[in-house]
Amino acid sequence: MDEHYDAEEAQILEEIRERLAGFDQQRRNLIPILQRIQEKHGYLPADALEMVASHLNMAPCEVYGVATFYNQFRFNPPGRNPVKVCMGTACHVRGGDIILENFERKLEIEEGQTTEDREFSIERVACVGCCALAPVAVIGETVQGHMAPSKVESLILRIQLEKERAERERPEDESDG
Amino acid sequence: MNPTDNAGPEERYRKLRQEADQRRQAFLQSSEPKIHIGMATCGIASGALDTQAAFEEALAAQGLSARIHPVGCIGHCYAEPVVIIDHPDSGFPPIFYPEVTPGKAKMLTKFFLGQGDPRFEHILGAMEPNEMIPAVGDFSRFSMEKRVIMELCGRIDPKDIFDYIAEGGYETIARALLSDASSVLDEVDRSGLRGRGGAGFPTGRKWRLAAKAPGNEKILICNADEGDPGAYMDRTLLESNPHQVLEGMMLCALAVGARNALVYVRAEYPLAVRIVTGAIEQAKSLGLLGDGILGSSFSLDIEVFQGSGAFVCGEETALIQSIQGNRGMPVHRPPYPVQQGLWQKPTVINNVKTLASIPPIVARGAEWFRQIGTENSPGTAIFSVVGNVTHPGLVEIPMGVTLRSLIFDVCGGIPNKKRFKAVQIGGPSGGCLPEEFLDTPIDFDSLIEAGAMMGSGGMVVMDEDACMVDVSRYFLEFTQKESCGKCTFCRIGTHHLLTILGRLTRGEGQDGDTELLDALSREIQAGSLCGLGRTAPNPVLTSLKYFQDEYRAHIEEKKCPSCMCRNLTAYYIDLGKCAVGCEACVGVCPTEAIFTTSNRKKGIDLEKCVKCGECMVACPPEYDAVRRVSPPELAPVVEKPKKEKAS
Repeated sequence: MDEHYDAEEAQILEEIRERLAGFDQQRRNLIPILQRIQEKHGYLPADALEMVASHLNMAPCEVYGVATFYNQFRFNPPGRNPVKVCMGTACHVRGGDIILENFERKLEIEEGQTTEDREFSIERVACVGCCALAPVAVIGETVQGHMAPSKVESLILRIQLEKERAERERPEDESDG
Repeated sequence: MNPTDNAGPEERYRKLRQEADQRRQAFLQSSEPKIHIGMATCGIASGALDTQAAFEEALAAQGLSARIHPVGCIGHCYAEPVVIIDHPDSGFPPIFYPEVTPGKAKMLTKFFLGQGDPRFEHILGAMEPNEMIPAVGDFSRFSMEKRVIMELCGRIDPKDIFDYIAEGGYETIARALLSDASSVLDEVDRSGLRGRGGAGFPTGRKWRLAAKAPGNEKILICNADEGDPGAYMDRTLLESNPHQVLEGMMLCALAVGARNALVYVRAEYPLAVRIVTGAIEQAKSLGLLGDGILGSSFSLDIEVFQGSGAFVCGEETALIQSIQGNRGMPVHRPPYPVQQGLWQKPTVINNVKTLASIPPIVARGAEWFRQIGTENSPGTAIFSVVGNVTHPGLVEIPMGVTLRSLIFDVCGGIPNKKRFKAVQIGGPSGGCLPEEFLDTPIDFDSLIEAGAMMGSGGMVVMDEDACMVDVSRYFLEFTQKESCGKCTFCRIGTHHLLTILGRLTRGEGQDGDTELLDALSREIQAGSLCGLGRTAPNPVLTSLKYFQDEYRAHIEEKKCPSCMCRNLTAYYIDLGKCAVGCEACVGVCPTEAIFTTSNRKKGIDLEKCVKCGECMVACPPEYDAVRRVSPPELAPVVEKPKKEKAS
């Protein structure tokens, strides 16, 4: 498993190296560069931060300091189904923390972590701006309103079932093709 | 633009307007029905994309033709996905349909578009007065609003600049280019507009300072770094009517003499980023932005900068730091940004709502604007009213309306026959106001007097079930995480406040905790540099002042009066009410804490129970057997039958 991920990361770094050349070596580009990396790859690998630092002639610790300051950046790969639980005021009043806890319990990880098979990751977000649907969770790109603990279970189950079905169907597709 | 074309702004604008009017007429005059679907983030979250797909599918299946017109957000979040169907041939006026699911979309296509039956049971109201259907304008949720900033939101396609121009968009800039730049400044000054970012600094004064500042390279920043959990009006504006904001920015740039402008918008708002970027491109392609706008000598470039999500970056100096590639930490003022801001140049920073107010002010005049609202806070305020209200959403009301009127008349009051307890205004920087303050008029000064503040316009209504200690802890958790760490009082003080509040909600409060909270809060206010630290203790201070009983109950009786603090609460099943053989609660319990008692009723294993309240929701209302008590010792112990016995 690990070897596979190392290879993946090496490939990501190679790609970042190429794209960095397109940016001027000015500090004002730091945040936009980090944003582009995260947009493309979903997270900021530690080595990528060093590469950005040397491109901008900055100390790696300074780049790291900026990257960790902002909520947007993450430093481990997100799951294929990233779960973002809204912790806005309206969601809190309607039990957002209970929803977060349920995801943590069902997936056996904590907020900020990714499951070992990289299927799911959990994050808390400040507000997704769908307060009238509170409590809210975002799974992948889809916003799920009016969450309840039982809905947590059904959502996870549905994703797992879909994945299993896809896996069952895949060998057939290949043999057809 | 074509350099040989010597036409001035007036002529060029007339051409654009003509084109826009032609497009609008073509759209209006076609006899095809028009389906307007609200497609801002909240609409999409509620399933507007599925609704659109369902309409398209149903239209194709039934061989009907209609135009689907994606519009922005109308602000009625409780009714999303919102669809307005204009079917002129049916003889009905345009009709507002709430909660249009894909199924409803198919049904409406078949009956209304196909057979001319509008299905009265699904209608919220007609968009204009008529004799057949009550108009939405008769409902207080619509009639008590006064839309200045959001007037076109939900009515025009935000991705089509001509839709905006057809409404008279960009006319003010065409006119302003012909007159003296100072006339815009005078108009804004006379209007008495105060910054809508929260603090309420007079916009005219800020602009005048910037205009007078030395140096010819000035910068304008539109602050759309809306970080307050529970406020989303800036996002809605950018997603629903970006051109009004751009027009406001152009007027501001003209008035203060800026040639470069930035829209600082949160990266967490991907749709807003896309729409604003697209709007800038469109304006550029029509010669409304870039070099020599509308053939005049005025040039302006607007760029989008994506903020990376830090609440403190809403503060002007922190925002500037983050654009310069640093951590978003505020710096000392003076020098104020209007003197020395981004890249050391004079910089005007205005909120999205402030800038969106400018075109209506310039178009209709300062006197018109001053008639709305109050003497010292003219104009309107936008609130996102959420929490325990019947009709949550974005509401734009004239300043001076009372809280009571806003919550009970406009937003329909508290649902489920519960009682009003408090309203939290202004997000993490604001305060919680109890019932006595419901008659406070909403304007900058009255709210500050009451201990809250206008802030970003987030308003969370809480019913009797909310625990004020827990709400304070929630806000402190937020501000403590978002504190940038520069000032000791804010960095460590908020941490201590949070520790104490956490202790209270766990039932570990000690004598003297309330005094400690009070003293610490005041020290944080005094010892912090920026608005974040200075206002962070507000939720604690106001709740301490108005809800002292609750704090006392937590400390002295280890009890949460509203049964919200989970450590201080226990659930149990009233065996007198529980029905023999009913299993409704068993399936929903996420931790399998519910067991069957020896007389085939249900009991809760308090060791396993995580107090999520699902069983309470699941229990059929005719039994209503699940109870919640605080302190937890009050829960009766129900004997769990031994395993051997059950099998």
